[in-house]
Amino acid sequence: MNGKVLKKYFPLFALPTFLAFLIGFVVPFVMGIYLAFCKFTTVSDAKFVGLQNFRDIFNDPEFIHALWYTALFTVVTVITINFFGFAIAMLLTKGIRGTNIFRTVFFMPNLIGGIVLGYIWQLIINGVLALFGLTLTFSEVYGFWGMVVLMNWQQIGYVMIIYIAGIQNVPGELLEAARIDGATNSQVLRKVILPMVMPSITICTFLTLTNSFKLFDQNLALTNGAPSNKSELLALNIFNTFYGRTGYEGIGQAKAVVFFLIVGIIATIQLVLTNRKEVQQ
Amino acid sequence: MNSVRKSKYSMVWTIVLSIVSVLYIMPIILVLINSFKRKAYISREPFSLPNADTYAGFSNYVSGAEKIGIVSAFINSVIVTVGSVILIILCCSMCAWYITRVKSVFSKIMFYLCVFSMIVPFQMVMFTLSKVSDTLHLTNPIAIVVVYLGFGAGLSVFMFCGFAKSIPLEIEEAAMIDGCNPIQTYFQVVMPILKPTCISVAILQAMWIWNDYLLPSLILDKTKYKTIPIAIQYLKGGYGSVDMGAMMAMLIVAVVPIIIFYLICQKYIIEGVVAGAVKG
Repeated sequence: MNGKVLKKYFPLFALPTFLAFLIGFVVPFVMGIYLAFCKFTTVSDAKFVGLQNFRDIFNDPEFIHALWYTALFTVVTVITINFFGFAIAMLLTKGIRGTNIFRTVFFMPNLIGGIVLGYIWQLIINGVLALFGLTLTFSEVYGFWGMVVLMNWQQIGYVMIIYIAGIQNVPGELLEAARIDGATNSQVLRKVILPMVMPSITICTFLTLTNSFKLFDQNLALTNGAPSNKSELLALNIFNTFYGRTGYEGIGQAKAVVFFLIVGIIATIQLVLTNRKEVQQ
Repeated sequence: MNSVRKSKYSMVWTIVLSIVSVLYIMPIILVLINSFKRKAYISREPFSLPNADTYAGFSNYVSGAEKIGIVSAFINSVIVTVGSVILIILCCSMCAWYITRVKSVFSKIMFYLCVFSMIVPFQMVMFTLSKVSDTLHLTNPIAIVVVYLGFGAGLSVFMFCGFAKSIPLEIEEAAMIDGCNPIQTYFQVVMPILKPTCISVAILQAMWIWNDYLLPSLILDKTKYKTIPIAIQYLKGGYGSVDMGAMMAMLIVAVVPIIIFYLICQKYIIEGVVAGAVKG
């Protein structure tokens, strides 16, 4: 009965969001899929060319390079961020004096935007490299590790907060029972705490994975692809294909579709795999 | 005996973590120090304190603010963020309540589209979205809130749906029997129950929108309107040489309001992030 009355109020309750959602997501998405199969410079002069754009992508060495560069970057950051985030969360749940202050400090960089973060770290990394007579523009390796440090600085606090919430949810009786049974610290960690915080691990891996894979602002500000587009992550490569040279818009859109498919597949696999490992509470 | 050992152990960790914390905020301190140096000395000796020769006073702040119009950028950022967040909270919570209570094909499609939109990266829609908003003239800081409502609707509607489902139907029915129409029921019964979710969604969306660079840089008419991230990026310019002094000063101007806001609303921000992560 409730639903029937409410249904008459569709224009007020659901229509505004629905219209904005059409403008902001559905229409651009559908157009984007179509344009990936076209050659165009603006939306109105699109000519259907079939799979040509997709063939061109895989003959583009810069795109292939960006793909591997991004994959490696994602693996390294997911492991380091989650390792350090979890370690700090373990320390901050032991009742150490000053826990609240430490938590405040570690979370803070998370609120700073990617562009600002990029320029802050550009100063520091170039400052350190200058001691050896180098700059970030010398090699994509510096850009890579620069972005790894930057992402760690930004995201450790974020996953730490989620891990703290997870660890605090582990029932105290369970830990006591394990201790009475004679479990060592590392056994408690591996056999009790880790399985119990598996949902948090799922969430954090998923979040860091997609954040790293989709990274754009930090990349733009820190290296902007220097030297000669070698330190481009996928998102920046797509952006530069679109806006760097005319005539390549179709290829840019096709790259975006490939990018979207990879993100979608990662998200699905990740959720299926880690859901299986979770302990039923 | 045991407690003595435990407190010693705890002291050691407090000291270690204190050192790490100081290192952790070092990047911001360094930028702050450098913002008071003359620009020529910043790249050359970034790790030294300013001395009589290199001290520049507030000149970097003045020149930076003039170059990029930081005041109007700040106002634009506030307009875009506050406007979008209010609109998102209001529209998405109403829509989510509608979706959970009205069982129709529309509700189902809308819900699954929202879930789907969460995994679509922005690059997928960036070109077409900027064309659509151009056509509809959504290129000023007030109209852009419509774009943010549309692109932010996925996560927000999804989060609100999760909580709206758990509101007991009896409460709403009681309100209806007492003569409330859906609008009254929504504002007097549902909205107050959803308040904690509203705060979480507001925090998550505000963090995203305030720091967002790519979307506004593609959609806003950049000759007239800049937000803070766009203004900072603009300082870099197309050409090689960057005014490092102005850059340092503007980075501090961009970071300080966020830190103040964070220290005041820390509790809500951290709760919001946890709730958002668990649901999203």
